[in-house]
Amino acid sequence: MTGSALLFYVFGALALASAVLVVTGKNAIASAVYLVVAFFNLAGLYVLLEAHFLAASQILVYAGAITVLILFVIMLLDVSQLVRLQGSRNAIARSLGIVLAGLFAILLASQLAPGEVGFPEKLPEGFGTVESIGDLLFDRYLLAFELVSVLLLAAIVAAVAIAHREGESTP
Amino acid sequence: MSVGLHHYLLLSALLFVVGTVGVITRRNAIVVLMSIELMLNGVNLSLAAFSRYWGDGSGHALVIFSIAVAAAEAAVGLALLIAVFRNRQSVDLEDLNLLKG
Repeated sequence: MTGSALLFYVFGALALASAVLVVTGKNAIASAVYLVVAFFNLAGLYVLLEAHFLAASQILVYAGAITVLILFVIMLLDVSQLVRLQGSRNAIARSLGIVLAGLFAILLASQLAPGEVGFPEKLPEGFGTVESIGDLLFDRYLLAFELVSVLLLAAIVAAVAIAHREGESTP
Repeated sequence: MSVGLHHYLLLSALLFVVGTVGVITRRNAIVVLMSIELMLNGVNLSLAAFSRYWGDGSGHALVIFSIAVAAAEAAVGLALLIAVFRNRQSVDLEDLNLLKG
């Protein structure tokens, strides 16, 4: 087994295990911390896929920004109330959900074409670098890029407008 | 035994399904949001794997867009949660039954 194959299994197993812990964890804060672990392992998988810029943005945006936002909101809310909220839904909903998800997993796995599909040995020059992704973003996907910037602006305005307390002076 | 496209697609499908289980079975709205992030990450992994397979950077650009949309989704979703908590003193999804017929 080559080194990269071993790394794939290590990162993949850790990502999957921490994902399961996020879903099954009793405490919301512990779930958020396991989420960080899952994001870091996914960044490792991106490095194995030669997507170095994606790995960097995964750590910056997901492990850095989004989980900090989630932890911040958990702290803003009543933590004792969150810890009490341990259980999942009633037994019927829970078992039905797990069975449906299992069927879904079997369906997804059965769609894979039979036989091994390896990755090509040779990659184009500069694959996965900031330069090649920047070329794509500012040329072929320029319109989508600009739309995403508008979306982010709308999200900022919406988040402030929704979370803003009524009757309080605007900051 | 080398690791190929199949391995990554299977892992991404499993991550997606684990996220789905979280969305369906958990009552805590914050954990449901985290599970949605897991599902998005599973899809991103398959996009990166396909990009590696074809040697084309378009998948990477798509993942960048997806990360940006996920960030926007998390920000607005958590703001909504704060607003809901302020009104109902709860983020239990079972308690949000105002529209129940």
